[in-house]
Amino acid sequence: MASETDNVAAGAADAAAAPGMPQLDFSTFGNQIFWLVVTLVVIYFVLTRIALPRIAGVLNDRQSSITNDIAAAEDLKQKAVEAEEAYNQALIDARAKAQDIIAEAKAEIQADLDEAAAKADAEIAARTAESEKAIAAIRDGAVESVKVVAKDVAQDVVASMGFSADAKAVTAAVTARMKG
Amino acid sequence: MATEAAPGEETGGLVFHPLDQFIVKPLFNPEGAVHWYTITNVTLWLALAVVAIVALFVLGTRGRAMVPSRSQSIGEVLYGFTYKMVEDVAGKDAIKFFPYIMTLFMFILFSNYLGLIPASFATTSHIAVTGVLALAVFLTVTIVGFVKNGVGFLGLFWVSSAPLVLRPILAIIELISYFVRPVSHSIRLGGNIMAGHAVMKVFAGFAAVAAISPFAVLSITAIYGLEMLVAGVQAYVFTILTCVYLKDALHPSH
Repeated sequence: MASETDNVAAGAADAAAAPGMPQLDFSTFGNQIFWLVVTLVVIYFVLTRIALPRIAGVLNDRQSSITNDIAAAEDLKQKAVEAEEAYNQALIDARAKAQDIIAEAKAEIQADLDEAAAKADAEIAARTAESEKAIAAIRDGAVESVKVVAKDVAQDVVASMGFSADAKAVTAAVTARMKG
Repeated sequence: MATEAAPGEETGGLVFHPLDQFIVKPLFNPEGAVHWYTITNVTLWLALAVVAIVALFVLGTRGRAMVPSRSQSIGEVLYGFTYKMVEDVAGKDAIKFFPYIMTLFMFILFSNYLGLIPASFATTSHIAVTGVLALAVFLTVTIVGFVKNGVGFLGLFWVSSAPLVLRPILAIIELISYFVRPVSHSIRLGGNIMAGHAVMKVFAGFAAVAAISPFAVLSITAIYGLEMLVAGVQAYVFTILTCVYLKDALHPSH
């Protein structure tokens, strides 16, 4: 019991030093309010003079740069679409041109071919004519030789029979025979 | 409270002084008197709140970077959060009060969290501090209400959507609730912070008894976690109520 009263006494001493809750010790209110007002004014000026305009500026810049970037991207996309169209057009043109070139080349080759064929034909015809002439010449030559050989043989045959053969008569007779 | 220790455990040194942490005393001469200009522990922790705010919002945003640094993005998030809250709750025409509300919000937020540092001093646990904040809001709202709307501001108390017979009764209730606002506004914040810190101190007292000290330490941890939440939530509640009151002042019609 004694210790309890001691505690009570100690509690009372505490209470005397700081009556009840420190929150309700009105003697410190002036101090707290004064320093609180100073604090709030400092914070207010720091925020309104420096911090808030700066952050607002940064956020604004970021927003506008994002907007710009999106616009630029849209622009580039449009350009890419245009480039693709131009590419496709160029491809179509190139194809058409290639067709033209192929047709032209074909025509040229055909012309060359025709010319070469005509030339060859002409040469072949010339050669044929030449050969025919040669053959005719050889045939004539052969007939002449046969005539000569026939005359000689006829003269020799007449001579061997003991007659002197008249060259003219023999020739006439051989010629007449050969015509026959 | 100091006498509530069970007699059998007094030898373990069970001493409770859960409210001693709130005593305002001079910083350099703890036994001296507290005058209005004395530099006290309150002054120190108020100044630290200013330092923390300057560190985050001035030094942290120094780079003005397009891609923000960590501290800059925290500053931007707090800015955006508060700006949106003012815009959404109080309306577009309340934007010119944004710096004022930002000041209140940042001060309470930083003070609440600084108060959670062990052995620190929780300035927002004092009714003198929260009372000044709440009265400032009350006076601002009332003055803005009358300046913007003139006598029309009294329409706030005249519920035109209610039956005519009920209106005088409602007006009295509205009037009382209007004047109770600064009281509830300040006690809600101060009481929450004070209660949390006092409860932690009580559990800390129990930690001196070996048998229950693990439980006490676990409890302190749990309560500390809860207080982390309370510190943010109470700052938010104070600010959003300020926005609601401001909306009443700007648009008093129901």
